[in-house]
Amino acid sequence: MTARPLVHKTAMPGLGLSAGITIAMLSIVVLLPIGALLMKGASFGLSNVLEVVGRERVTASLVLSFKLSLLAALFNLVFGVLLAWVLVRYRFPGKRLLDAAVDLPFALPTAVAGIALTALYAPNGTFGSLAQSIGWKIAYTQMGIFIALVFVGLPFVTRTVQPVIEEIEQEVEEASATLGASRLYTLRHVILPMLMPAALTGFALSLARAVGEYGSVIFIAGNIPLRTEIAPLLIVIQLEEFNYDAAAAIGIAMLVISFAMLLAINLIQIISRRKMGHV
Amino acid sequence: MSDATLPRFRAATEEAPLLRAALIGIAVAGLTVLVFAPLIVVFAEALKDGWLVAVQSLGNRDARSAIHLTLLITAIAVPANAAFGIAAAWFITKFDFRGKAFLITLIDLPFSVSPVVAGLCIVLLFGANSVLGGWLVAHGWPIVFAIPGIVLATIFVTFPFVARELIPVMIEQGRAEEEAALTLGASGWRTFRTVTLPNIRWALLYGTLLCTARAMGEFGAVAVVSGKIRGQTATMPITIEMLYNEYLSVAAFSMAALLTALALVTLLLKTLLEVTHADQLAAIRRH
Repeated sequence: MTARPLVHKTAMPGLGLSAGITIAMLSIVVLLPIGALLMKGASFGLSNVLEVVGRERVTASLVLSFKLSLLAALFNLVFGVLLAWVLVRYRFPGKRLLDAAVDLPFALPTAVAGIALTALYAPNGTFGSLAQSIGWKIAYTQMGIFIALVFVGLPFVTRTVQPVIEEIEQEVEEASATLGASRLYTLRHVILPMLMPAALTGFALSLARAVGEYGSVIFIAGNIPLRTEIAPLLIVIQLEEFNYDAAAAIGIAMLVISFAMLLAINLIQIISRRKMGHV
Repeated sequence: MSDATLPRFRAATEEAPLLRAALIGIAVAGLTVLVFAPLIVVFAEALKDGWLVAVQSLGNRDARSAIHLTLLITAIAVPANAAFGIAAAWFITKFDFRGKAFLITLIDLPFSVSPVVAGLCIVLLFGANSVLGGWLVAHGWPIVFAIPGIVLATIFVTFPFVARELIPVMIEQGRAEEEAALTLGASGWRTFRTVTLPNIRWALLYGTLLCTARAMGEFGAVAVVSGKIRGQTATMPITIEMLYNEYLSVAAFSMAALLTALALVTLLLKTLLEVTHADQLAAIRRH
């Protein structure tokens, strides 16, 4: 038995050139820098990395980052599916504008989003003053961070679920209705399971984006240690003090936790796809 | 007999009118609060003291240098990314090789890495304290706290954009057309220019637009590698942060409004493309 060749022979030109550019760019831009981070962690030592991660301020920031990202991604999961449904199924004035607006958080620079949200939700801002009149404080609290994370993750679920809704065949819903299901029962037990795999993909993208988010959060967060300080900010602070080892330790912790979460979501997705039997 | 005399029935595959109205209401209200309000606030804050003040604040030397730098970085990073995207899509879709799925995962990797961590990685590899960085600095090629570092950071965060749009389109189009051209004696370049490129141009433009929007606005990764030197390595987003922290609100929001206007133009072009070339772009959504 011969081993499978690394590259199948073909008459198509440009193998060397395209493979060369791909691998060179990937190495210089992505792999070597990430390798440098892991090397730094390795030379710092596992026990030292764990010691940094175990510091009260670091642990608090990691927990805060992942907790609020999870909450924001959950909000976006629900709101995103609702939005996708409304945009595909209903006809109403201003629909095109609404559809285009979903992409705005992709296009708007995060620093701009950050100062705009702060201006809105600060105690003297439009929404901030409203909130204050009922005794709420949004900017410079965890609530403010949550809103910023919802903003940056908003498009992902809608954009992954929309094409799936477009392809649902009406017959399925008709069959369900013929068999005596109420509309709500059909939505809950027929439509929703069909949307779940795509919605989970959007959820994972939204979560990954929120965990690493920096620009839109730091303005509205207030950055109070132990309370509203996110993990990426702590990396920046360590770097400004030239503590490269500590910065690398926090960076590695973020990478590890992110990948563990994405892996978990992938597993859930595989299970939910099996349940569906197709897709 | 007109329809008006018949009672109107709701199809069994429609929601009750009340539920429908409620869902539309939630969608409109949600997007108004979350998306439209911040957009309006950017322009309202910029124009608080009138047009003249806003425009003047963009005219000083540091502001002009920031605008120039952001355009320069975008002009380098986006073409580099497009070239990479084309090469990667060609390699992945025209050849069969082991480890293809792994390669695609690696290309997507920057999506799940925080921009700040991306910046940190670049500092650790190319910073003056590292072996490679020290050597480069000694030979007059500083990367970190200089323009090359900002370009690298920008390419990192936008890395998958173009490749991700091209790969599904090129998978759907298959290899037959290129193979026909080659059989008829066309060179590889000619095949690419006259057969492949026309087939993927709208997807390429689409990916490039997404990449441009992100490249102009990148903040986290750039904040780490730029060193924030006014007039030298401060891009537009970095300048917005510096002005804001100095309580120069109108100046900060004026710069933000300019950046937002640029973002809105790319968004408009992207929407236009989605309407006019829906067929080619549909492949992207199907995968």
